[in-house]
Amino acid sequence: MNNRKIEILVGAFIAVGIAAILFLALKVANSGSMTSGETYQLLAKFDNIGGLKVRSPVKVGGVVVGRVSAIQLHPQEYIPVVTMDISVDYPNFPDTSTLSILTAGLLGEQFLGLEPGFMMEGIETLGDGDYIQDTKSALVLEELIGQFLFSQSDED
Amino acid sequence: MSSEAFIKIENVTFSRSGRTIYENLSLDIPKGKVVAIMGPSGIGKTTLLRLIAGQLMPDAGDVVFNGLSIPKLKRSQLYEARKKMSMLFQSGALFTEMSVFDNVAFPIREHCKLPDDIIESMVLMKLNSVGLRGAAHLMPSELSGGMARRAALARSIALDPELIMYDEPFVGQDPISMGVLLRLIRNLNDALGLTSVIVSHDLAEVMSIADYAYIIANKTVIGAGTPAQLAKDDSPLVHQFMSGEADGPVPFHFPAETISDCMTKVFKSC
Amino acid sequence: MLDALARLGKNGISFISTVGRAGLMLFNALWSMPNVNKNAPLLVKQLYVVGVLSGAIILVSGLFIGMVLALQGYTILVGYGAENSLGPMVALSLLRELGPVVTALLFAGRAGSALTAEIGLMKATEQLTSMEMMAVDPLRRVIAPRFWAGFISMPILAFIFSAVGIFGGYLVGVEWLGVDSGNFWSVMQASVDFNKDIMNGFVKSVVFAIVVTWIAIFRGYDCVPTSEGISQATTQTVVHSSLAVLGLDFILTALMFGE
Repeated sequence: MNNRKIEILVGAFIAVGIAAILFLALKVANSGSMTSGETYQLLAKFDNIGGLKVRSPVKVGGVVVGRVSAIQLHPQEYIPVVTMDISVDYPNFPDTSTLSILTAGLLGEQFLGLEPGFMMEGIETLGDGDYIQDTKSALVLEELIGQFLFSQSDED
Repeated sequence: MSSEAFIKIENVTFSRSGRTIYENLSLDIPKGKVVAIMGPSGIGKTTLLRLIAGQLMPDAGDVVFNGLSIPKLKRSQLYEARKKMSMLFQSGALFTEMSVFDNVAFPIREHCKLPDDIIESMVLMKLNSVGLRGAAHLMPSELSGGMARRAALARSIALDPELIMYDEPFVGQDPISMGVLLRLIRNLNDALGLTSVIVSHDLAEVMSIADYAYIIANKTVIGAGTPAQLAKDDSPLVHQFMSGEADGPVPFHFPAETISDCMTKVFKSC
Repeated sequence: MLDALARLGKNGISFISTVGRAGLMLFNALWSMPNVNKNAPLLVKQLYVVGVLSGAIILVSGLFIGMVLALQGYTILVGYGAENSLGPMVALSLLRELGPVVTALLFAGRAGSALTAEIGLMKATEQLTSMEMMAVDPLRRVIAPRFWAGFISMPILAFIFSAVGIFGGYLVGVEWLGVDSGNFWSVMQASVDFNKDIMNGFVKSVVFAIVVTWIAIFRGYDCVPTSEGISQATTQTVVHSSLAVLGLDFILTALMFGE
């Protein structure tokens, strides 16, 4: 029947619409898995955070494990403190882990690269609210150029 | 008029975009009769039907339908009153997206909650009375003009109204469909106990079925009576209209200076 | 000088009265929630006419716009060695701007003009008046389902447009130009935010849906009931709704992304 055909086509249209929303939410934005999951917080102090922003990703070997949730200036020490939400799927980072601010490509977005330290007896794992001690600050292009020029003039 | 007035139009004045169409128009339409409203084209006969239906509001005066004053009704009351009337439009105004069957079923489905088989039997009966039961499955675009008008007539009687208004029902009809429509209008009126109002300028046809007629010109009623009375009327305007003379109180020429003056001017400028 | 001022005043008054009539029409059509059993089939029918029938043009244009974006973006980005950012460039342009805007423009041309012409024709052939005479309110029977159908369809069409466009960008960027597939998706995922980008695009397309459908049905409902009147109203629908979409897009973008 004609009505039935129209109903089926409208149903298909809405289904395709929902599929498109799911595709955008999961494959393109990929925030479905991160925002809905439970997280715990880690903190880290840096000398310079460069262009790091709230919601920048935290990656281990390129895999996103969490996002930056807050950036503040330490009230006494006047250095930046970065708070990260890490997914509870990755609970046991050792406290010897290294955190560095990296850049995707030459002009890309900045993100946090977390490098887990060795797992050994006597080394504690990082829990909610702990600080990551070993951090490497962002490379600032101007400083790099300055250093390069300085070393050039030394050689002369 | 002897019988009680079903519709009373009292001293109605109506103007649109600065042009006065009616001034102090009064007429009565008795119950159960076929009443014709006639007049030269362009005097707003359709407007009169819209005033009765409450689609237009008079500037002054009153329109009383079945004891209700139409201009004073609230929207919901007006819609309730309209269930008792129906109108056959010049074009038929069938819904182009539905079949003839669905067109006739439309008012029934909108206003009553009835099972499908009862609706089907009602629709087929209405279509049968206009002789189009066999065309139920056709789309309006497949109908001829006369058939479309009959289908629209079946739709307008679907809810058994008390009043049907016909807006120029005979325009552009061949003699056969005209005869069919005339017979239908008369028969439906008598069989269903309707009151019919026909707006038309097809004089001979309308006069053959009307019980009573009004002639409207110059913004008001100029003649009223049964067809026989009107034929004998000696007012020059009615006479001109009834006998179809080209010149008379309604002049042949659009107002202008005389032809000789006009020509003199043309040749002077040479 | 005074004449010009008077003309400005006259146009202003007629504009305001048009907006007023359009607002009244929409209010009267929507203000009472109609009965669901009777109106659901009408809505489904209009979803088909307005939404499903616009699907093909949305799919094809989405695919091509995504492909063109990837091609253009690649030639620019490769100059900076930043072709890895192709993914977010394609995705963000589509989600934030092109998806809602181009969908609205195509919708105005495809479905909006058809709505205007259909309603105008119903008016010219006295179908609306005869409906009114049957004590059926054409605003609720004819206007309301068409409005809701446009309101529901356009955001869905915009999502489909963006999704297909991103796929088109993937085809050209990854399959043809050789951007790394993992990079394309992961960099895109890192920079596209669900709330900020996808939801803002959604809000835009909802606003455009209201405006375009509203203009289309009002132009039809308000048209001069003759052939010229209908063709004029159809043209006006496309022109006015395109202008409204582009103007509103600037305002919405400024509100959403301007700092």
